[in-house]
Amino acid sequence: MKTTRGLAAAVAAIALAAAFAGGPARAASEGVKLDEIGTNATDLASLQSGARTFVNFCLSCHSASLMRYNALREIGLTDEQIKDNLLFTAEKVGLPMSIAMAPRDAKEWFGATPPDLSVIARSRGPSWLYTYLRSFYRDPTMTTGWNNLVYPNVGMPHVLWRLQGERVAREEAAVKDGRPIMGEDGRPLMVVRLEPLTPGTQSAIEYDKTVYDLVNFLAWMGEPHQMTRKRVGIWVLIGLAVLILLSYFLKQAYWKDVH
Amino acid sequence: MANGTTSKNVWARELFEWIDARFPLSALWKSQVSEYYAPKNFNFWYYFGSLALVVLVLQIVTGIFLTMNYKPDALLAFASVEYIMREVSWGWLIRYLHSTGASFFFICVYLHMFRALMYGSYRKPRELTWLVGVAIFLCLMAEAFFGYLLPWGQMSFWGAQVIVNLFAAIPFVGESLAIWIRGDYVVGDATLNRFFAFHVIAVPLVLLGIVVAHLMALHETGSNNPDGVEIKKHIDPGTGHPVDGIPFHPYYTVKDLFGTMVFLFVFAIIAFFLPEFGGYFLEHNNFIPADPLKTPPHIAPVWYFTPYYSVLRATTDELKWVIAIAAVVFMVWAFLRRGGGNAVRMTLLGAGAVVLVLLYLLEAKVWGVILMGASVLIFAFMPWLDRSPVKSIRYKGWMYKLALTIFVISFLVLGYLGMQTPTNTLTRIAQVGTILYFAFFLLMPWYTSIDKTETPPERVT
Repeated sequence: MKTTRGLAAAVAAIALAAAFAGGPARAASEGVKLDEIGTNATDLASLQSGARTFVNFCLSCHSASLMRYNALREIGLTDEQIKDNLLFTAEKVGLPMSIAMAPRDAKEWFGATPPDLSVIARSRGPSWLYTYLRSFYRDPTMTTGWNNLVYPNVGMPHVLWRLQGERVAREEAAVKDGRPIMGEDGRPLMVVRLEPLTPGTQSAIEYDKTVYDLVNFLAWMGEPHQMTRKRVGIWVLIGLAVLILLSYFLKQAYWKDVH
Repeated sequence: MANGTTSKNVWARELFEWIDARFPLSALWKSQVSEYYAPKNFNFWYYFGSLALVVLVLQIVTGIFLTMNYKPDALLAFASVEYIMREVSWGWLIRYLHSTGASFFFICVYLHMFRALMYGSYRKPRELTWLVGVAIFLCLMAEAFFGYLLPWGQMSFWGAQVIVNLFAAIPFVGESLAIWIRGDYVVGDATLNRFFAFHVIAVPLVLLGIVVAHLMALHETGSNNPDGVEIKKHIDPGTGHPVDGIPFHPYYTVKDLFGTMVFLFVFAIIAFFLPEFGGYFLEHNNFIPADPLKTPPHIAPVWYFTPYYSVLRATTDELKWVIAIAAVVFMVWAFLRRGGGNAVRMTLLGAGAVVLVLLYLLEAKVWGVILMGASVLIFAFMPWLDRSPVKSIRYKGWMYKLALTIFVISFLVLGYLGMQTPTNTLTRIAQVGTILYFAFFLLMPWYTSIDKTETPPERVT
């Protein structure tokens, strides 16, 4: 009996250790450290602000074709509000968020077709998107004039640049405790730092908030029923807890004569 | 039911009598449930058989509803899954129950198999129950593999591409075989359609049939128990039933009902609050539609396949040398062993020689496929590899306990490594894991026959 328990405990411990030693990798981030954020699908103000930024800036090149406009009712908007403020690419609120740009044209213009964003937050993860949208810089060698630290040589220009302002990349020696860090080849390790070139219409803090709201919206759009799922989940667990108790007492009652 | 209890409902009794005259309903109910005597000392590990059955039913029911809205078409499949998630009433729930169920099916089956390894449930007289169980395991793997292509994400597509390409490694016929399986030169619409057919009807049909066979074989011999002693040895002369047995119904039906409720609670926590389970149950990259022109930098199967995938990747030219040495040692042993006739000796020597010739002829990649297949099929030999005089780990010696512990650890480590991008160090660890994995089985006849065992009690404790 003791051996069994010991084995069971060992197995459980190893399984847990393995589970937390490192999850499966998300899409590559080219070695840039991501700014970790959490999302909040109950913050309706943030989601609505993100929805506005999304339709104004993203939804001309990127579609979200799995998403209907009136699904935005879930984040507290009425059909009227959706129609008056957000409906640019379609005529009816029951239609999906598709775009007029043909994928073939887009491929010619940007080098790659801009991906559909319906479930982008589920593949890339919110932290990647949040860091990516804040890592654009001016690069005259690129056809769009823009480059990105998180996604080098990306085909997408910095659509939000009027908000953030322009920035340039400067390479400098990495410093730790006042001394340069040496790379494996013996030369000083270089890091890239982004510095402001021209100011945007938003301060750095405002811009971070704009991007956060946008990413929060993308994360919600990846699974519009996520709040329903959690709400239902609570009741399911409560119901099952009751059934656990009932079935436990039932079992005890039947088993009381087994020795 | 109509049997035993005195039913006041005359028409109900008449109905059952009418049926019993035409179909052995009461007889089946009695022999399989109400008068199937199971040992009274089942512990925690004995829940997972019935739980696997619960998950099987759950998968079939949710699968039927998914099929109503899913489109097995390379152009529509990805969007149809999201349509289920967004537009179909409660579609998100059905889909998450099905995707979580896939992982939990394997969790239950792995724990069910671990139980058998602990208590010797595969030993005589239950060899056939065990063999059918291995067939169920194989079917389950096929079912999961076919099903994983259906969402038509990047991991679906490239996972299928990698696995089907394994068949291309078979000499001479491999390339044609792979094209025959795919129905195309790459995984495509034809592949999706046939995988859909296999996933929703062909494999489940076989699976259901052999699950019934598994239960019938089990009920023929009677269940094993944590002490590994036969309860049929002590029959109560008065009743004719085993002294240590209790009727499956109502005792184990109510106990399994309780187990099912606890299981569903854990299941609901995952399905409702962690459906992706950090990328283990639903991989992040599978939310990118399949793109035959864009190979993802890192292709990993879902967690339940990763131990075997690790074995595949660990098989390099160096590991072939290890196999060669093992084959030579085996041949020396076969040559020197006493007993058995010359015919046995020559057969064993011949088997070793065949392995050596194949090592020379086939490249490491093919051996990877062979070892991956062997790592699953080798379970089938357990009843004949175990030479211990006792069944249960409770009365086995330290050698089996150590061997099983090492086996479980190498299984988990291999599983973990199968999800990682391989490096030289990790491949080395996977190779050690692979050797330990196979050593558990191949050395079993040796260590179980010299292991010091205790005498099991006459009756269950």
